[in-house]
Amino acid sequence: MADVSLTIEPGRFVALLGPSGCGKTTLLKMVNRLHEPTSGRILIDGADIESFAAPALRRQIGYVIQQTGLFPHMRIEENVAVVPSLLGWDKRRTSERIDELLELVGLPPDDYRRRYPAQLSGGEQQRVGLARALAAEPSTMLMDEPFGALDAITRTRLQGELLQIHGRMGQTILFVTHDIEEAVRLADQIVVMREGRVVQFDTPLRIVMQPADDFVADLVGANDVLRRLSLIRVADVLQPVDIEARETIPSDADLRAALAQLMEQGTTSLAVVDNNMAIVGSVNLGTIEQASKPAEPVASA
Amino acid sequence: MNLDYLWENWRHVLDLTGEHLELTGIALAVALVFALPLGILVATVRPLSLPIMLTLGVIYTIPSLAFLAFLIPSLHLGKRPAIVVLAAYAQLALVRNIAAALRGVDPATIEAATGSGMTWRQVFWRVRLPLALPVLIAGLRIAVVTIIGLATITAWINAGGLGSLLFDGISRDYPSQILAGTVAIVALSLAIDFLLRLAERLTPAARAQRSTSGA
Repeated sequence: MADVSLTIEPGRFVALLGPSGCGKTTLLKMVNRLHEPTSGRILIDGADIESFAAPALRRQIGYVIQQTGLFPHMRIEENVAVVPSLLGWDKRRTSERIDELLELVGLPPDDYRRRYPAQLSGGEQQRVGLARALAAEPSTMLMDEPFGALDAITRTRLQGELLQIHGRMGQTILFVTHDIEEAVRLADQIVVMREGRVVQFDTPLRIVMQPADDFVADLVGANDVLRRLSLIRVADVLQPVDIEARETIPSDADLRAALAQLMEQGTTSLAVVDNNMAIVGSVNLGTIEQASKPAEPVASA
Repeated sequence: MNLDYLWENWRHVLDLTGEHLELTGIALAVALVFALPLGILVATVRPLSLPIMLTLGVIYTIPSLAFLAFLIPSLHLGKRPAIVVLAAYAQLALVRNIAAALRGVDPATIEAATGSGMTWRQVFWRVRLPLALPVLIAGLRIAVVTIIGLATITAWINAGGLGSLLFDGISRDYPSQILAGTVAIVALSLAIDFLLRLAERLTPAARAQRSTSGA
């Protein structure tokens, strides 16, 4: 780990992306002091994390890991209540919070509170892991490949729910992943790492369109046109409303889907609609063509 | 060979069983005072693991009768040298099993506990120990049954207990008394074994485990 300097705005969803061994997990664990840096400082909301006792610091930070790390000998309610109990919340407040959180992550409390982790599917366990991390309303969340062990369908569903939760509560999230598609789908900003260094810290669109060097270009598959298109959201390259466009496409669809739809329907322009089916703009063949041009790596840093 | 002795002296046999149990209990308590910290050390401080296990292994190889004889000059006859020997012999099994039980806890679970803001002690008491408990009790069972068996021999240095029936019976050539002692020792071992198995099943970790298969 060397020369890492990042400033993350409050409320941002930031993905730490890179191959295994690049230091992304190490960096994440420095934030809650599971690893101690040999030099340098980390500040949260302006306060040096070294100024707290490590356990006190960790109680303010939500932490979710891949293997869920649920406590197998505790019921779901006890698992969710771990941090509140460390913080000394009273029974009633804790109990209300457990119900609230289980509702939030889509596990009906009446059905799930009294169960043990082993009675739940992998996806349900990860939901509990998320609820446990959210319990004390942390303003910062650290997530270490939380969906890495799940099947594709469950993963996609949980990604969507995480986005909704983040949209509603606005925590700052640091999310470790080695999956570029996951990073692009979830994050506002992506930190690309390699061998303990930050290679690029940028928005998903710029990472895909203007990779900082060959390494990033490789990672995003910049030479594969269709792959690149699949990493760019329609919303990212939105054009003004086109009254000629007859067919619609949701704004969170990717350009590859847009291209497929254009070709299928033999048109050159699609109306882009938001979640409420309101038209917000358009996307056309020209836009897609521009996005598909192989981007030259920017002069390497 | 018959059980006449047992029927005619059941009160005496019962008293000796109580004495045997007491000796076992005290020896186990003394053993645990050493074995628990040692087991935690072996499980958590890797460089200490080999030297501790080697030392305990060496102690374990000393013949029990020789060990008892060594202690007579300093501790004299009676319960005290017996307790020392019993506690020393139980160390190897106890420390090994305590360490294995603690190590067997999934590191991801420990990390989640630490990452949630538990102190080292809280991790130990709330997560590590409860999860290790079933394996730990299984190890305890082996140690207790070993102590009960070995406590028979310590009757030789007047530590009392059911062993005195055996030594008496041998010197008086009285098979029925030997049989009574044997039956009582076996019954005691089985009873303790049963109780500890029950305790093992009642731990939260074992209950959680059963909830999956039983549901």
